[in-house]
Amino acid sequence: MNEDARRPLPLDVAEAADRAARVSYGRLLAYLSARARDVAKAEDALADAFQAALKSWPVAGVPDNPEAWLLTAARRNLDHAARHGKVRAAAAPALAWLQDEIAARGGDGFPDERLKLLFVCAHPAIDPAARAPLMLQTVLGLDAARIASAFLVSPAAMGQRLVRAKTKIRDAGLRFAVPESDELADRLEFVLDAIYAAYGSGWDAIAGADPRQRGLTEEAIWLARLVVGLLPNEPEARGLLALMLYCESRKAARRDADGRFVPLAEQDIGLWSRDMIGEAEAALRAAAGMGRLGRYQLEAAIQSAHAQRGLIGRTPWHGIATLYEGLVRLSPTVGALVGRAAAVAEAEDAAKGLALLADIPAAAVADYQPYWALSGHLLLKLDRSAEAADSFRRAAGLSEDPAVRAFLLEKIFS
Amino acid sequence: MQYAMFIYESAADLAKRNDPQAADSYWGSWSSYIKALSEAGVMVGGNGLQPYQTGTTLRLQNGKRHVQDGPYADSKEQLGGYFILEVADLDAALDWAARCPAAPNGAIELRPVLPPPSGL
Repeated sequence: MNEDARRPLPLDVAEAADRAARVSYGRLLAYLSARARDVAKAEDALADAFQAALKSWPVAGVPDNPEAWLLTAARRNLDHAARHGKVRAAAAPALAWLQDEIAARGGDGFPDERLKLLFVCAHPAIDPAARAPLMLQTVLGLDAARIASAFLVSPAAMGQRLVRAKTKIRDAGLRFAVPESDELADRLEFVLDAIYAAYGSGWDAIAGADPRQRGLTEEAIWLARLVVGLLPNEPEARGLLALMLYCESRKAARRDADGRFVPLAEQDIGLWSRDMIGEAEAALRAAAGMGRLGRYQLEAAIQSAHAQRGLIGRTPWHGIATLYEGLVRLSPTVGALVGRAAAVAEAEDAAKGLALLADIPAAAVADYQPYWALSGHLLLKLDRSAEAADSFRRAAGLSEDPAVRAFLLEKIFS
Repeated sequence: MQYAMFIYESAADLAKRNDPQAADSYWGSWSSYIKALSEAGVMVGGNGLQPYQTGTTLRLQNGKRHVQDGPYADSKEQLGGYFILEVADLDAALDWAARCPAAPNGAIELRPVLPPPSGL
């Protein structure tokens, strides 16, 4: 690195580049990828354009329209790649068109193609494990090392996974298009599942259940808001947004002043975020008005019921049990089965909840922490304390969050 | 696939082993982790280790025996133990590593176990 490169950039240049990266990266990349039909090449072209901007802007000044500048530079890089046969031949006409389009618009705004990019990232032909990482990298510009850490994958393996997915997009010629209305709901489910995979899970109704979140909550909520904005008539997108906002609204209440874990039933409702609950309620209400029920709306409705304690002073467990019944019918995941057992135990009695737990196949819960946390609580209620201690110990051993582990171990010793 | 999990514990964590205030929760964390590994069918073997001061090191150099007390490496993290895990892949091993009680203050290293040379 030479002296020049090491000198700090003028503040306005750094800021302009930063803002362009944050606000426009996904839009620019979506636009370029859709034209080149090659995400990897579009990424390279855009990265080079940002590099060029950092060199040129301090000298020539920040352009009036930084996005247009970056788009033109990236397009030139793509042209260059095309001339050297590095972009598939089929993309050449689209690239030529891209040039005309930029010229015609005078760089003044360009269409938002991020929805198409999201559908490509979560295409059924893409490895499910790569879908969420691909979205985070392309739409949000998150760096691969951070994505790898969040998903507990080695950086080298995550790099390979992303490269394979992009090669698949190019070689299989996946269409950058929003699916037709007859398949939109099915394909959207993949997009929403990938966004929720980035979030992790937010369930905290079982005291001492470790949600094992990935530290990407803001990013996941941002993506859900984006989908809601681009597809305002899809109720499940609003359902997912509401679900994550409800869970997030309780974040500050999950720890006491000493950093100890506070279970949902003991949380100070004054610490719940009213703004987030309000936004969640509005999203869920709008979704319900569309008359198409789905998994995420049900899960959000369950969280909405938990939020009721802030209003009516108690948790409507019978209602929650009914909602879980519907969820289990729609999507019988281990999480839904354990959640239903917890709700039935509260609404009726612990023995019924325990019987529901016993029906879940042992292989499915060998490393599923919330199952063991709930099992401990129910056994304790039934005065089977030795067995309860056994379950709490197993739950503690499966916990990643030290505060949750300490909470569970205290149950054994107390 | 088998992975060796090397557990590097912080000095503060290691000190909890003999601290009457902290020993219960320290050992409770480890016994619950080992229980979870065993009951999930992942544990092949492993051991906790005594502190590094109790180690003894041998080298044969030019036909001469050199035996030393220690090592007395000056490092913030010490090898506190190891497990051998049987899991599907590295992703699964990392998932278990994240749950290791030493992870918040120390470091967990995973290495695939070398298969025996063919022909043996």
